[in-house]
Amino acid sequence: MSDHEYVPKSKFGKWFNDRLPLLSLASHLTDYPTPKNLNYWWTFGGILTFCLITQIVTGLTLAMHYIAHADMAFESVEHIMRDVNYGWLIRYIHSNGASMFFLAVYIHIFRSLFYGSYKSPREVIWIIGIIIYLLMMAAAFMGYVLPWGQMSFWGATVITNLFSAIPLVGEGIVTWLWGGYSVDNPTLTRFFTLHYLIPFLILGLVVLHIWALHVPGNNNPVGIDVKKPSKDTVPFHPYIVIKDGFALLMFMIVFAFFIFYTPNILGHADNYIEADPLVTPAHIVPEWYLLPFYAILRSVPDKLLGVVAMLSAILILAALPWLDTSKIRSAVFRPLYKQFYWILVADVLILGYVGAMPAEGLYLLIARVATAYYFLHFLVILPVLGLKEKTLPIPLSITESVLGGSPNLATAKNKESLNN
Amino acid sequence: MKNFLRILFLIISIGCVSFNSYSAEKIEYLKTDWSFKGLFGKFDRGALQRGYQVYTEVCSSCHSMKYLSYRNLSEKGGPEFTVEQAKAIAASFEVKDGPNADGEMFIRPGKLSDKFVMPYENVKAAQAANGGAYPPDMSVLVKARGGGANYIYSLLQGYEDPPAGVTLDDGVYYNKFMYGNKIKMANQLSDGLVEYADGTQATIEQMSKDVTTFLMWTAEPHLEARHQMGFKVIVYLIILTILVYFSMKKIWSRIETEV
Repeated sequence: MSDHEYVPKSKFGKWFNDRLPLLSLASHLTDYPTPKNLNYWWTFGGILTFCLITQIVTGLTLAMHYIAHADMAFESVEHIMRDVNYGWLIRYIHSNGASMFFLAVYIHIFRSLFYGSYKSPREVIWIIGIIIYLLMMAAAFMGYVLPWGQMSFWGATVITNLFSAIPLVGEGIVTWLWGGYSVDNPTLTRFFTLHYLIPFLILGLVVLHIWALHVPGNNNPVGIDVKKPSKDTVPFHPYIVIKDGFALLMFMIVFAFFIFYTPNILGHADNYIEADPLVTPAHIVPEWYLLPFYAILRSVPDKLLGVVAMLSAILILAALPWLDTSKIRSAVFRPLYKQFYWILVADVLILGYVGAMPAEGLYLLIARVATAYYFLHFLVILPVLGLKEKTLPIPLSITESVLGGSPNLATAKNKESLNN
Repeated sequence: MKNFLRILFLIISIGCVSFNSYSAEKIEYLKTDWSFKGLFGKFDRGALQRGYQVYTEVCSSCHSMKYLSYRNLSEKGGPEFTVEQAKAIAASFEVKDGPNADGEMFIRPGKLSDKFVMPYENVKAAQAANGGAYPPDMSVLVKARGGGANYIYSLLQGYEDPPAGVTLDDGVYYNKFMYGNKIKMANQLSDGLVEYADGTQATIEQMSKDVTTFLMWTAEPHLEARHQMGFKVIVYLIILTILVYFSMKKIWSRIETEV
């Protein structure tokens, strides 16, 4: 991978590096040639790493005080909030951290969609990313169950019951998942175990994600291949490190605002009521980041088909590198795709909104239209667009696109400057 | 910087969507100026102490407060009774302890380390005494209701005669702020119900405000510390962000590209 052979200066360094090339790895990471035109949408990879580490560190601390038992979980969370030193801070970082993690991952995913980062040769990076996203949803869902509030309990009941839609073996699978005949203590303890495990799986996949990224190198806003290292690239350190750091600090300000001033706004009030299997909440809603998929689930009248639709909505993303037939990566040079991209963004936001509303009347109608459009976008619009669309001329190099001076760039430049 | 405005806009719009979605059922609650709102919001010490009095004399005969201990009453950021006052308060309650060396349970005066005494032995006893309805524990009640402090404050003042056509069963009361308007708790507050030691007029409105402030504290005992730390953290982050911004500009000036 490294573009030049790294030789440690000290004798010990050389001795060690010959046996375990950690120093070579560090050298590769700092020197890693990065396109110099990356905009701030590219900083979310670093932000996500920060989110993951934050969740793991705060989660470990919480796990020292939390008790995974149906009779004591709620109380132990209150113990953390009241009596553990700075327990309130750690818990609020962790609970809001989940939301910030998803906020960042959605921006990260939509950045990929806009700039075509999933296209050849980056399909494997993309698919690993989708697996990470799936694991994140599983981890977040199970984490939300742990405080054993009303929404924890009923959310767990609704989601696990989805598996009962599977023909023949569905009921058996649900009983197996629950460890009993209803959501109860065995469900809680296994959710806690898995909630503890998954972040480390994610961590491993993040390493693979970054490894796979370092093979072809970063995509960039212009979406063309860059020669590395060249005038088009800068070394990762210090250029990208400081830029990511700056963006991370901006992100942390927003994060801090949620933690310190509105720590419960992204949660649901019902989750401060201890779980009661005999009382069903008026509305069972998942956390905001799952709402678009919840809307898709509910927009299909048949339970099994609803579950299939919901899963397909996520898994269809994994097929994206092959569904999108366009050879041009960046939406900057795809005027039509760009418009459909923003319609898709609006569509997902609408799905999220109706996901939080009762599934009836106008809301249900909107959910159905939005669901249909979601699939239409990936299954029809993208494949057709790639074949039909008249794209703008692309520059030959990043330097050319940044500095101008190419005759075929006249049209592209204006568009591109919007995104820099 | 334009990109940041865009990101910020996106964050705000997502925030608004999720926020709106949770406050879908809008009822106009009564509002009052809560001292604990805002960047520097703190509890009004007097209101907390008066609120504790209302809770003890009115609410606590039915509503438990199981996550609080008497020691909390003298802790920083709370009603801040003196330790002596808190000890006296604790001692005024009878706590069941034991078993002692003879294997007997016994009654002793409360200590600072004791949890608030429960009004009923168990949930069933509470239901039996209240026409089948369980008076919810009040420790996190403010956070457990969608409208938060405004909701509790309104509910306490929301009792009125049912409109024509609404029939109420025995033990059910009409409250305009209750979900479905039917509540199993009778109106508890009346002007002059408690006698405040500090001479404050005990109007229904005043008592509602005081006890709601108290309940906000019981739900968020570290609210003041949170606000104070939050301000420092955000100021620190902003200063650091500015410094890093200029460092970044300096470093990137070696390259002809704009950051």
